[in-house]
Amino acid sequence: MSGQSEVSIEEVRRVAELANLELTAEEEPRMQRDLNAILGYIEQLSELDTSSVAPMAQVGEVLEDRVVSPHGETLRLDIVQPSLDRADVMASAPETDGRFFKVPKVIER
Amino acid sequence: MTLQSLKNLTINEVREAVAAGRTTATALAEAHYERIAAEDGQINSYLALSRDRALIQAEKIDQMAQRGEVLPPLAGVPVGIKDVLVMRGVPATAASLVLKDYRPPYDATSVQRLEAAGAVLLGKINCDEFAMGSSNENSAYGPVRNPRALDRVPGGSSGGSAAAVAAGFAVATLGTDTGGSIRQPAAFCGVVGVLPTYGRVSRYGLIAFASSLDRVGPFTRNVKDAATMLEVLAGRDALDATSSDRPSGDYVAALEKPVEGLRVGVPEEYFGEGLDPEIRAAVEKALDALKAAGCTIRKVSLPHTKYAVPAYYVIATAEASSNLSRFDGVRFGLRDHEAKTLSDMYRKTRDAGFGAEVKRRILLGTYALSAGYYDAYYKKAQQVRALLARDFLEAFHEVDVLIAPVTPTPAFRLGEKTDDPIKMYLEDIYSVAASLAGVCGMSVPCGETSEALPIGVQVLGRHFDEATMLRVARAIEQSQQG
Repeated sequence: MSGQSEVSIEEVRRVAELANLELTAEEEPRMQRDLNAILGYIEQLSELDTSSVAPMAQVGEVLEDRVVSPHGETLRLDIVQPSLDRADVMASAPETDGRFFKVPKVIER
Repeated sequence: MTLQSLKNLTINEVREAVAAGRTTATALAEAHYERIAAEDGQINSYLALSRDRALIQAEKIDQMAQRGEVLPPLAGVPVGIKDVLVMRGVPATAASLVLKDYRPPYDATSVQRLEAAGAVLLGKINCDEFAMGSSNENSAYGPVRNPRALDRVPGGSSGGSAAAVAAGFAVATLGTDTGGSIRQPAAFCGVVGVLPTYGRVSRYGLIAFASSLDRVGPFTRNVKDAATMLEVLAGRDALDATSSDRPSGDYVAALEKPVEGLRVGVPEEYFGEGLDPEIRAAVEKALDALKAAGCTIRKVSLPHTKYAVPAYYVIATAEASSNLSRFDGVRFGLRDHEAKTLSDMYRKTRDAGFGAEVKRRILLGTYALSAGYYDAYYKKAQQVRALLARDFLEAFHEVDVLIAPVTPTPAFRLGEKTDDPIKMYLEDIYSVAASLAGVCGMSVPCGETSEALPIGVQVLGRHFDEATMLRVARAIEQSQQG
């Protein structure tokens, strides 16, 4: 992170593409400016030596009285249960034939 | 019951009045809808009303009362739901255009629990888009105004939930808190807001922002009501694998235990430069009251506090970039119908559907997770998160609760911070560390500034020790009334 060079407009475009976002010509420079400001602010994390610290992904990992059961403390039993009704779900779809979601062409020919 | 008196109504009063036949759940619901129709135009707290569902529930409660049955704890209580939690058949927008007109086919667990406990759900409440913001100015459906000062923001992201309780548009509401989104608006609007321990309340049916941080909690007019709400909401849910089966409940009974002998910690990092002097004075007054009630006050240190905001904005945005990939125009919500290919449809839908702050956070999160930057940003932030959690665990070996300000300043003016994302992010300076560590916290009113703006004090408790946190909050509340 240290000595990180500024994010270029090309990088903003590349990240937008990764995120499936289409930025307008006005949005691009603004996002570039904000990203650089925020990344500059985040830079201060590099002041800390964390070489011997295990990353924390979930709160449960740090609880001192944590119980680890052989089945996994929070997993439910693997029993088949009813899920949402298909017709209810499809009622919200932008385009459907009743059974499947319909989308525009996936492969160009 | 006058419209004005709705503003001070509590859960207990509602339940007793309905049980005794002094009013009906139906009349109360109608009175709230009347008040919303008359006055919410200038506050903008509700995005959708669920009138049919509310009146069916109210009728059910009224029949129970008529038959003389024992009423459930929230019988007839009008409650509003933040629009990131889903209610079957009622629009859920997350204050975003990408979900305009979406009607979810199921209830969030928290919604279902409130209704099972007798609550009358009035409708869905405005917030920052996808709960991303600290002022409620990021809503696609217009900002919410602070009922205590209309030129000020109500805070965010659960600004509408705090404003609705303050304005008398609901007796209690649900909000969500990822980095301060319950505590900060509670402080700005002068109401009680509770952030339960991560895992205490199910997230099932919550439109996800940052899954390892998102929490659901109540806004109320007093601490006892908050305890009542939490009793209903808390507990294991098989539909949320991170919800805990640790014992919960008895929060109301716990309030009766005196606070004498409790050890109260004052983290020095929360009282540094930038803290408004009037807020500092009000928080110190709350500490004096706890001392007078028999608590021991001692200074503690949470040494990594200054790294909480930068760590938070890496972790929260990384998780958001992943969670918000589901809004792609395929299964629900907005779709761009002009696009000729699938990838074009994704991009055009998301561009039209997301607001500027949501895009900014998706970009930042995607960047932090992208090849070559993962270790430098995401992994680093997770390591700092572990240090922040350790700070709290060590402090809680010495003390039972921590007392701190909620925000560095009182409610600011609309438009004051919208141009500078970092300025807005620093709003969270006293709230994000607890979010990252997973401990419980709450905001309790503790006075007003010279401009009559509300001030909140933050009470932070150990993981799953909401009972002690609520007791201390209650003692502070009682000292205000004296």
